[in-house]
Amino acid sequence: MKKITTPLTDDIVKDLKAGDSVLITGIIYTGRDSAHKRLVDAINANQELPVDLKGQIIYYVGPAPAKPGYPIGPAGPTTSERMDPYTPTLLKYGMKGMIGKGNRTPEVIEALKKYTGVYFAAVGGAAALIAKRIKKCETVAYDDLGPEAIMKLTVEDFPVVVVNDCYGNDLYEEGMKKYRKI
Amino acid sequence: MKEIKYQDIVDTVAKLCIDANCLIGDDIINAFKNGLKIEESPTGKEILQQLIDNAEIAKKEMIPACQDTGTAVVFLEVGSDIRVIGGELFDAINAGVAKGYKEGYLRKSIVADPLRRKNTGDNTPAVIHTEIVPGDKLKITVAPKGGGSENMSEVKMLTPAAGWEGIKKFVVDRVMRSKANPCPPILVGVGIGGNFEKVAYLAKKALLREVGSVHPDPFYAEKEKELLEEINKTGIGPQGFGGRVTALAVFIETYPCHIASMPTAVNINCHAARHKSSVL
Repeated sequence: MKKITTPLTDDIVKDLKAGDSVLITGIIYTGRDSAHKRLVDAINANQELPVDLKGQIIYYVGPAPAKPGYPIGPAGPTTSERMDPYTPTLLKYGMKGMIGKGNRTPEVIEALKKYTGVYFAAVGGAAALIAKRIKKCETVAYDDLGPEAIMKLTVEDFPVVVVNDCYGNDLYEEGMKKYRKI
Repeated sequence: MKEIKYQDIVDTVAKLCIDANCLIGDDIINAFKNGLKIEESPTGKEILQQLIDNAEIAKKEMIPACQDTGTAVVFLEVGSDIRVIGGELFDAINAGVAKGYKEGYLRKSIVADPLRRKNTGDNTPAVIHTEIVPGDKLKITVAPKGGGSENMSEVKMLTPAAGWEGIKKFVVDRVMRSKANPCPPILVGVGIGGNFEKVAYLAKKALLREVGSVHPDPFYAEKEKELLEEINKTGIGPQGFGGRVTALAVFIETYPCHIASMPTAVNINCHAARHKSSVL
């Protein structure tokens, strides 16, 4: 089990290999479909981003409402492929990591190599457990998007697995091949 | 004619929505524990343990096990000798869904129109399936269904010549193409027979069975076993990271069909197989 702290540097990313179990501590940002579109539109228009994503990790999540007294509701990952069209632009800009679930396109995997980035998966459906590792949650951009607004999460020992590292390895492909019997 | 009060139905449905989302069934937890024994991948074992811990947290704190608290799918068995007083049956179901999703802090995931996509704000309307049965009882089952696994489901109009091999190929292929997306370990509901619209319903209904239960027809019990073994040879494993435990169960539901047809449907459920029932 590796432990890392955000923001990520090239050295931290280079030390991560597909298949590694990792615990993340620090700040991560949430972002889904609409927020991605706005971020990429801003980058393409040479506008300043509402949050500085350089070295940061974006978590693809749409949490359930928080019960009174909780910083956030259950918050497991959503399917990553919907964010694929925007990801290479964000990696080029300086974003270093993403947390979601499910396969990425070859373009994303290539961009991870080119810009030294990493794609993690969190356990889909382990939303109650994951929420325990989120200590603080505040909306920092695109308030009008409601549940799709960008939130700043303070996390401690947030459990993920490296799926795509910066060397072109893919845990989904390699893991399945290793255990396939047909 | 037995009278059932509108408000009793509302309250029952609300409670079922909350319980189904927060209380993962013992059958599923036992399946995770059995999975731990047979899983060869160390990462796979870690995942299964996280899922056991997750279910415990959800139960203790009465928070949803998964943030996708789903479409509220409601199965009704309506006794022919009952009458609802104080309002309409379907209105009561939807009022119960709205109440449960609000009071239980469940996520509202329904948009009013598939293209214009404005959220209804209370997770209604429910998808309601109704059967009329003899007697004076109303059985309500609430089975919230997540979007990620539903998106991996499919209907195929196979013809009789495809035979069992054709069905097997279709089901295993559907699982293979789904990979990590439906949050494995999954449950696989398979509908065979009926016609185009009936077969999808059969596949969904199949998912209401308890994990570990055996099909009452030994012929299909054997087929379920065969499919499960085949699916667990794919190597997809927990969360798609590679491993032995890709599916926890395969359930088959059948119905008579046309001489020219052999409709087959696969409805995939994530590991958070949620359903709770109550009889009024």
